[in-house]
Amino acid sequence: MKMTGAQIIMECLVREGVELVFGIPGGSTLPFYDAFRHYPQIRHILVKHEQGAAHAADAYARVTGKVGVCCATSGPGATNLVTGIANAWMDSVPMVAITGQVVTWLIGRDGFQEADTTGITLPITKANWLVLQADDLARTVKEAFHIARTGRPGPVLIDVPRDVFIQEAEFEYPETVDLPGFRPTLDGHPAQIRKAAQLIAESEKPLILAGHGVKISRAFEELKELAEKAHIPVITTLLGISGFPGSHPLCMGMPGMHGMYWNNLAIGQADLLIAIGMRFDDRVTGALKDFAPHARVIHIDIDPAEIGKNVKPTVPIVGDVKRVLAALNPLVKEKRHDEWLAWIRKVREEHPSIAIPDNDELLPQYVVKKIYELSGGQGYVVTGVGQHQMWAAQYFWNDKPNSFVTSGGLGPMGFEVPAAMGVQFAHPKELVWSICGDGGFQMTMQELAAIVEHELPIKFAILNNSFLGMVRQWQEMFYGNRVFATREFGPDYVKLAEAFGLMGLRVTERKQVEGAIHLALTHPGPVLIDFQVKPDECVYPMVPPGASLSETIDQPPVEAKPTPRREKVKAK
Amino acid sequence: MTKNTKHTIVALVENKPGVLNRIASKWRQRGFNIESLAVGHSEIPGLSRMTFVLGGPAADVEQVTKQLYKVVDVVKISDLTEEEIVTRELALIKVNATDQNRGAIIEIVDIFRGEIVDVSPDSVVVEITGTEDKVDAAFEMLRPYGIRELARTGRVAVTRGRATSTLELESAGERKYRPAGQGKPRVGSLL
Repeated sequence: MKMTGAQIIMECLVREGVELVFGIPGGSTLPFYDAFRHYPQIRHILVKHEQGAAHAADAYARVTGKVGVCCATSGPGATNLVTGIANAWMDSVPMVAITGQVVTWLIGRDGFQEADTTGITLPITKANWLVLQADDLARTVKEAFHIARTGRPGPVLIDVPRDVFIQEAEFEYPETVDLPGFRPTLDGHPAQIRKAAQLIAESEKPLILAGHGVKISRAFEELKELAEKAHIPVITTLLGISGFPGSHPLCMGMPGMHGMYWNNLAIGQADLLIAIGMRFDDRVTGALKDFAPHARVIHIDIDPAEIGKNVKPTVPIVGDVKRVLAALNPLVKEKRHDEWLAWIRKVREEHPSIAIPDNDELLPQYVVKKIYELSGGQGYVVTGVGQHQMWAAQYFWNDKPNSFVTSGGLGPMGFEVPAAMGVQFAHPKELVWSICGDGGFQMTMQELAAIVEHELPIKFAILNNSFLGMVRQWQEMFYGNRVFATREFGPDYVKLAEAFGLMGLRVTERKQVEGAIHLALTHPGPVLIDFQVKPDECVYPMVPPGASLSETIDQPPVEAKPTPRREKVKAK
Repeated sequence: MTKNTKHTIVALVENKPGVLNRIASKWRQRGFNIESLAVGHSEIPGLSRMTFVLGGPAADVEQVTKQLYKVVDVVKISDLTEEEIVTRELALIKVNATDQNRGAIIEIVDIFRGEIVDVSPDSVVVEITGTEDKVDAAFEMLRPYGIRELARTGRVAVTRGRATSTLELESAGERKYRPAGQGKPRVGSLL
């Protein structure tokens, strides 16, 4: 059957089960948008900035396991997607980005709104295509979805010139994909799995390091079985949080730069690390030369390139985490490690790491902890990047699988608002908290308009310290307290909320916190709370950049540093 | 410290636009310097064969090789560094030549089993085939006469004997690769 290029893409999206497309139309994609009218089963969400479209599609994909789809026009539309695509690339999130391109006869002539989109996105996509004839569209879209979701997931991009959207071609959706160069290994090597079981049986001080791979492959039950059967403490990386129940007695929280002191010490003592779907990021390992000096390492990952990239494993296992664990668990012997756990518990009691002082100050940690408690561990939490993210990671010990959504590898400020939108679209009836920093919030807050338009009842909590807090913390600690260019001028967030059509609340004292959270939880619509927290609070524990895990600073030094006070910067 | 050696890597890739860029980009991202790169058709329709020469620690080369497999159009990669291989490169050298010294140049070219492929009143073009060392040596011998132009192809390599760095034979004369798309021959440029 003859169809236009635009119709062919829409037909493909329907067959791939796409329900939502986040995007903004433009000159080059107009023929594509014209085809949406005939496909009511696919909703288009008009965002306010393409970065928002990519982050929303990204978060939607993280919590559903489906492929997130975003769309932008040529040139500036496509370049605005780049941050969101890079974020999905670093965190292995399945995403298909469809971009418009100038007409084929203008390509390479610096046409209006032309950018070399496939060139720009080449290092941050698993694959990308510039499709020059409508005949190739169906196969390209089929391959795109297959590549995005297969093996280690990631973003792909399809660049379509305006005339190719209009061109007619015979539509036939390919049944199969034939990519000889793309056949990821899913099952672990049986001999390696036997070796791993052997190492686990021999180990006295084992630790599991659970990463994003556990959540991506939905291996929650398999991980729990392994941990319980062999009695092994589970440390969850930033992206691994909510891959293992936070209330489980074997859950130890996060390791690394702002991880729990006890974990960093335990890694130094361990004789076996079972790294599952994690990639030994520098924020986890600290200085590599001193990382886990006594440990043998079992590394399970679907991407062979991750094996041995940073840490050389004793037993490498390439494969899908869920399948590998399912094969490993029956070979693992039941065992107890009471002495080892008692040792960790002792360190934990001596260095509580995340205890909150009992005073009147409005501490950001207190706010995060209260949100966690009062939400009853229900629902989803989304964060941006910075101090507030680390506090959220320290205090949200979620039980609900895959309910902690944050950006790990790339770390773009401004993830929190559009990502919360993506999560709420995926789960319209669930509670979604967006923990925001005042810096990142101002980068993408325009998406509040889309959120109100679609009546998404997201609860935004801005931990407002009037600083780019994490950068300020580094200036204080490592740049001789020379605080420069990190003091934020923020708007009146309550008025801002009201302007967008949200309920706005302001909290300036500790005693108001619970009331405000209660109000937000009972209000049916979106709410924004401006928590004006202590401005100079720093994130601890901390491993200084370049230092080893054994050098973790558990608590701030006692000698008082000169305190930068909150000074209202007046608008001129 | 890991020893720095020269590595010979062979990649079989689908002949599609952008492949060379993608592969070069992977090398660049990981901070690798390509000493030479030779590309041409392989014996399998639709697949091109690239031969790289790289310097660097073996562990890094292994990492980059793994990264290359992430490029969807890469069908097979072989590190031939430890294998028994035959390597060759070809050089075209344009040398200043006068009636007085042309005989001496021809003598040098003969020693290296090269060929004079063009002659003009004041220059000759010499073709040399062999290992990089041999090409280097010939170049050094010709240098005193004055080199006007030098063009080298970079190394190409195949394994000796039965071992192979290409796809396995399925039956007599047939490889296990079929290009996608209803048997349509895919011709195109790697760029």
